Amino acid sequence: MTPEGVPPRGAVHVSAHGWGWRHAGRRAFAARHLELEITPGERVLLLGASGAGKSTVLHGLAGVLGTQDEGEQEGELLLDGAHPASVRGRAGLVLQDPETQVVLARVGDEVAFAAENLSVPREEIWQRVGRALDDVGLALPLDHPTTALSGGQKQRLALASVLAMEPGLLLLDEPTANLDPDGVLEVRDAVVRVLERTGATLVVVEHRVAVWADVVDRVVVLDADGGILADGPPGTVLVQETTRTRLADAGVWIPGWRPPVGGTLPSPGSGPTLLSARELAVARTKRGPAAVEDLAIDIRAGEALGITGPNGAGKSTAALTLGGLLRPRAGTLLAQPSLAGTAGSTPHRWRSPQLVQRIGTVFQEPEHQFLTASVADELEFGPRRVSGTVDTARIAELAERLRLTHLLQANPFTLSGGEKRRLSVATMLATAPRLLILDEPTFGQDALTWAELVTLLRELVDDGVAVLSVTHDADFSDALGGATLHISGGAGRLVSR
Amino acid sequence: MSSSYLTPVLTGRTLLRANPVSKLFAAVVITVALMSSIDWVSATVVLGCELALMPLLGISVWGLLRRIWPLLIAAVLGAYGTALLAEKTGDVLLAVGPVVFTEGSVAAGIAVGLRALALALPGIFILLTTDPTDLADALAQKLHLPHRFVLGGLASLRLVGLLVEQWETLGLARHARGIGSDGSVVARTRNLLGQSFGLIVQAIRRATRLATAMEARGFGGGTRTWARSSTYSALDAVIAVVGLLVAAGALTAAVLAGTWNFILS
Repeated sequence: MTPEGVPPRGAVHVSAHGWGWRHAGRRAFAARHLELEITPGERVLLLGASGAGKSTVLHGLAGVLGTQDEGEQEGELLLDGAHPASVRGRAGLVLQDPETQVVLARVGDEVAFAAENLSVPREEIWQRVGRALDDVGLALPLDHPTTALSGGQKQRLALASVLAMEPGLLLLDEPTANLDPDGVLEVRDAVVRVLERTGATLVVVEHRVAVWADVVDRVVVLDADGGILADGPPGTVLVQETTRTRLADAGVWIPGWRPPVGGTLPSPGSGPTLLSARELAVARTKRGPAAVEDLAIDIRAGEALGITGPNGAGKSTAALTLGGLLRPRAGTLLAQPSLAGTAGSTPHRWRSPQLVQRIGTVFQEPEHQFLTASVADELEFGPRRVSGTVDTARIAELAERLRLTHLLQANPFTLSGGEKRRLSVATMLATAPRLLILDEPTFGQDALTWAELVTLLRELVDDGVAVLSVTHDADFSDALGGATLHISGGAGRLVSR
Repeated sequence: MSSSYLTPVLTGRTLLRANPVSKLFAAVVITVALMSSIDWVSATVVLGCELALMPLLGISVWGLLRRIWPLLIAAVLGAYGTALLAEKTGDVLLAVGPVVFTEGSVAAGIAVGLRALALALPGIFILLTTDPTDLADALAQKLHLPHRFVLGGLASLRLVGLLVEQWETLGLARHARGIGSDGSVVARTRNLLGQSFGLIVQAIRRATRLATAMEARGFGGGTRTWARSSTYSALDAVIAVVGLLVAAGALTAAVLAGTWNFILS
């Protein structure tokens, strides 16, 4: 569905004929049997279950999958009839993680980088830089340091630097998955403005469909077994009962639907207090500035608590401090006897084996916490550190509960995103801590993993574990209930429900 | 927290404006002069000139000391070691059992210490007054080094800054898993090795992602243009001449003083 009139000049026509790609060293194709025609100026939302090959298609269109050494291609994938790698700059790709895309130190140089690579003359480069920054609404000096940007700003900067190539095809790979709600809208609105001015073709991949449903004019759903499951306007694909069911089964977030979760909504905690903070100031480094000051909170057994606030407000620092991993800058953090047992009342002084029996902290990036070469070893690691022995029945039960049994021999680094998340939670539960802290547990997760996680956490709370989650995800907070510590501007405010 | 590792604190407005190539040239000339002779006169002259040029850095002596104190300690240790072990010529200054210092060995020690400092300071000057992006521009446009190599180096320099942060995060993440920096020496060593391996894995993954992002923006082609032009000005001629004068002055002084001691003779 092209907008009225002739297709905009420069917009790219995409065609795939029986296209497939198998990464070198993998047995299965990441994407296969793809038949697709996208007319110039069309805006397409590409959906599919985890592992259906959405990112592979985008990387293929961007021409960055590499040569025959890096994988095997079948069929053909063409931009205006040419191989994507042979028409550098026709397609511009923005990736998911705002932190790993920044190349240079200053905003202006970062945007200029892509244009330089395409050998654009100097005067024209700076015109393009100005226009691209305007397009994405980044009104910053050209020498503004790129490290001083928020997540949403970094993604808009990545968009601007791609725009400096004046691409006819814009490819976005989960561009808002790691952003807070404000950042999500910033980026979405910038994309809409850009498309209105340039008329470029758009292919966007995103789990959270609601963000893009009103912007795109076509939804294509990839089948995990290859080929296409559904293809049509959002008003049809996202509304028809048959496709909705299929999308829901595939873990895609469709508007107006929340995955069903088990367990019951936790009620306010009535158990003994585990941890009390008074006038607590938290800081990431020993000498750097305090991120948040004057926090007061009691964490009770059997309750769910949330920490919310904008990106960069100090939520993670607060959580790490409450988790006994960082030394408080000022004030007191007292572990009550019900949590501390024999270990003394200051969590940051606990030795590692003492800590894992009391407080479990699940980091945002699961890979940071993987220590061994198999899922089974990961699960047994904590108990071995604590007592030297392993209760194999308990580990087996834990693996069963988190659907990891079939993966016990697999290498943790080779798991899918959802599997990694489940494993990182399971490793923490293996030592049965009374307080579980999670940092953005639902970032980038599909609806299936999301529902499993919520169900599990509800059951834990029911069993008397205290669960503290740093999260932007309002659905997640709703599903867990409990009070919320809202952190912004260096201060925390407790909001009860 | 990340900005402190990533953005070098640059000082010295005048030197900041100069082209990195002229600064590199001056530093290389001075280094060659120093390397050609081990004697205290040439080292003292160079060090004296460097200290005289300190105001150009725009930071106080204290500020400099705070940044380079490990170097000072290394220089002192080097001087001490040399004085202890060098050939014992001249009068004995101090003799306690096997520990003997003579005029000759102490002079050699002082020369080594001064030389180490004099050698290190030009590098410090460049580090403190050079924006890495300007350096990359100059290396590619003026010295015509391959742009893939130069820009790859520039991008990796930023990733190195991130390593410090990642190391800290990994340490916390491992502590949370029950493996911390306590226990026996063997346990600590194993933990350190494990954490280092984890850091390497993360660094490679991060670098791979950045490489994809760069490739997706057209990096890696045969030719490219430069948005910023690397230019020379009169200031650069001055810096080159000052470098030559310092080097020539040091050698002349050493020859006149009779301490000239060419390393290849």
